[in-house]
Amino acid sequence: MSPATPFDPDWLRQSGEMILQAGRLGQSLTIRGHGSKDFYGGLPAANHPVLTTLPHTGVVDYDPAELVVVARCGTPIQELESVLAKSQQMLAFEPPRFGGRGTVGGMIASGLSGPRRVSAGAAKDFVLGMTLLDAQAQALRFGGTVMKNVAGYDMSRLHTGAMGTLGLIVDISLKVLPVPPAQATLIFEVAAQESITWTNTWAGQPLPIAATCWCDGRLHLRLAGAAAAVRAAREKLGGESMPEPGARDFWARLRDHDHDFFSVNSAEPDHHLWRLSVPSTAPHFDGVTDPQWIEWGGALRWIKTRASAAALRAWASAQGGHATCFRAASDTIRQQGSLTAPDAALMKIHQRLKQELDHQRIFNPDRLYPGL
Amino acid sequence: MNAPRELHLGELRFADFTQPMAPAKRDGLIRALGQVVPAKDLLCTDEALKPYECDGLAGYRQMPSVVVLPTQESQVVEILRICHQMDVPVVARGAGTGLSGGATPHRGGVVLSLARLNALISIDPMARTARVQPGVRNAAISEAAAPFGLYYAPDPSSQIACSIGGNVAENSGGVHCLKYGLTVHNVLRVRAVTMEGEIIELGSEALDAPGLDLLSVVIGSEGMLAVATEITVRLIPRPQLARVIMASFDDVEKSGQAVARLIASGIIPAGLEMMDQKMAAAVEQFVHAGYDLQAKAILLCESDGTPEEVEEEIGRMKEVLRSSGATDLKVSESEEQRLRFWSGRKNAFPAAGRVAADYYCMDGTIPRAKLGEMLNRIAEMEARYGLGCLNVFHAGDGNLHPLILFDASKPGEFHRAELFGAEILEACVEYGGTVTGEHGVGLEKINSMCVQFSPQERIAFFAVKRGFDPAGLLNPGKAIPTLSRCAEYGKMHVHRGALKFRDLPRL
Repeated sequence: MSPATPFDPDWLRQSGEMILQAGRLGQSLTIRGHGSKDFYGGLPAANHPVLTTLPHTGVVDYDPAELVVVARCGTPIQELESVLAKSQQMLAFEPPRFGGRGTVGGMIASGLSGPRRVSAGAAKDFVLGMTLLDAQAQALRFGGTVMKNVAGYDMSRLHTGAMGTLGLIVDISLKVLPVPPAQATLIFEVAAQESITWTNTWAGQPLPIAATCWCDGRLHLRLAGAAAAVRAAREKLGGESMPEPGARDFWARLRDHDHDFFSVNSAEPDHHLWRLSVPSTAPHFDGVTDPQWIEWGGALRWIKTRASAAALRAWASAQGGHATCFRAASDTIRQQGSLTAPDAALMKIHQRLKQELDHQRIFNPDRLYPGL
Repeated sequence: MNAPRELHLGELRFADFTQPMAPAKRDGLIRALGQVVPAKDLLCTDEALKPYECDGLAGYRQMPSVVVLPTQESQVVEILRICHQMDVPVVARGAGTGLSGGATPHRGGVVLSLARLNALISIDPMARTARVQPGVRNAAISEAAAPFGLYYAPDPSSQIACSIGGNVAENSGGVHCLKYGLTVHNVLRVRAVTMEGEIIELGSEALDAPGLDLLSVVIGSEGMLAVATEITVRLIPRPQLARVIMASFDDVEKSGQAVARLIASGIIPAGLEMMDQKMAAAVEQFVHAGYDLQAKAILLCESDGTPEEVEEEIGRMKEVLRSSGATDLKVSESEEQRLRFWSGRKNAFPAAGRVAADYYCMDGTIPRAKLGEMLNRIAEMEARYGLGCLNVFHAGDGNLHPLILFDASKPGEFHRAELFGAEILEACVEYGGTVTGEHGVGLEKINSMCVQFSPQERIAFFAVKRGFDPAGLLNPGKAIPTLSRCAEYGKMHVHRGALKFRDLPRL
């Protein structure tokens, strides 16, 4: 446990003053940490003052026996993870660290989760509480450092994935988990559709499958758990064993989108990286011939393609899922909205909540949906 | 979208539920609802309304004006539209097993019972999901999934009776949630109807949905934001084997430390429960589970998984428990014995009902490290209030269920029990915990919410309420106390101010 006080008073005062001033002047603010996810969601406005979270850094409370850590919003994800690693604990949802960067505030504001999401849960599943500054620059605290808490509405999860549109996240308390004692990666040569069938079948059995990734005709299966369970699963499943440290590197680069597949190129401005989140049993999407990567036991499909947004959204929605233009090679598509918009009834609630919590649109306007 | 500006920093508008409904209005309402549901699904006589006057918290009673029991989603839509138009408060009700008065009716209001919306729509064993209507019983989902080797993990003690719709409203937990999560971790999608009669889809059968995470906001909102009509839950493979260790301690502090050390050693038990000596004695009389009656505290610590995993984990657990000072360890050798060890824990509430005329169940949560300290503090309160208290804890999550014993027929005892309970909850907040871990605020803990949240924080809750239900008609007066209510309870505020944001400069 660090002796630091929960808040850096200078940063908090300056941030509060910026919010109040923006309110007085009718301005908006862009909240930014490392900016490692500037590419994601709606375009951050170029001309708004930037409220930086970077000075507000540090782990303020950590007790491994409680499985809880509290970190300030500007804390680099990697710094937090190295603190946890000293006690053999981890962020089980494996948030991405694009370019090796990213802060705890951005991690929660984006709500993005990595390969292990399929077995461990998403970022939102690990959020226990947070402190916020609201549009009147008042400090609010919701949730806390306990696992079970049903007092009041779940404001912490409302802000998780809200892209900073409802308030400034000051600090976050997160549930952490022990690092599993054993890990192994197996590789199977298999076609995409068959890999989807296999991973769904296995997920219905008590097997310690932590993550899956199909790419280039190969299914990578990561096992994690008690040594005995990992050993038994290897014997049962077969496949080819992927040696270390290559396996660890493969998963880390997948998590951080460091494989070449995930990059887009402005020389091909209509070639975007799409993220299709669908029920895990949805069939392989064969509407395009472009390369695809499949994660989360079939529930996450990455496609780099020039196929139209309408076609991709239509397919995903027909499966019961949604499509996001994750990395756009040009800005046009982001101005139209990177995320699939909810239907009218749900959008009305989104608009009312924004109106209620930030009616002057101070916080990150248009970052979640255009006009919000 | 166009909420009146003057409401922004002020009071939440709730529908008036202090007055009975005017007879002419009631006649009009009954006529309108009679167009939506057949007469048999519309209850209007005192005799028919009586069973709905309370939920599992029987100390709070209120006769509703009308009870309506739709059998289809389209009827729910129509009923809510009518009530919205006529400015009538509505409370949705599942099995009525809630312990905090969340489903207590409103005077002059409608009870919308979802009990007949009870179809198990489908199970997809390949996708490991079940689609159910809200009136389906929690345990019925696992029973239906059992042939596929799957089950629904959250297992509140009332699971044989409580409905999944109520579980969604309360974000119910259970004895296995440290490892398998709460309702919010196990529900993928909720289809619901707003007070204005609009259908909304929250979450999806994919692993996420675009936009704000309104699914997580609606789960645990105590029926104040929308009425669920269809729910998709996640099913998981049933573990091949489960075994439980029963550990005795001669000191409550030591048992608390054992809990912390188990977790710190990297073990996440499938269940980790604690009971004190008096609780063990009360249940032992009732179920004869073989509990060690000499022990000051008993821990039940479960491991599940493959036989290899369980063997490895039970070994590690025994080591930690022993080195933490356990005086005796028994490991279940059969499923029958495992269930017997658990039977005492599962029957804690009925057992309390046998040793005292009445009991009052609390539900605070504290950091695990404070468990022993809290037990000692409760013992001190017992002496001060002159009332007994049995302690049974979901120790793994730090969730306490002290059962305060009293006799309602003795003047002043219930009031003393309430004050005792409120003091326990204040101690929970002081330790950085919360006034309710899994039972909900409802009507019961509404004053304690004034202790846990500042006026600004409650105004943010109001904002969410208005985002879903601007008219304030859906289950008004529950969960979130109004500013004026807290002002009445104001003596707490000064005390509370000392607890939070000690280091925060005021802006």
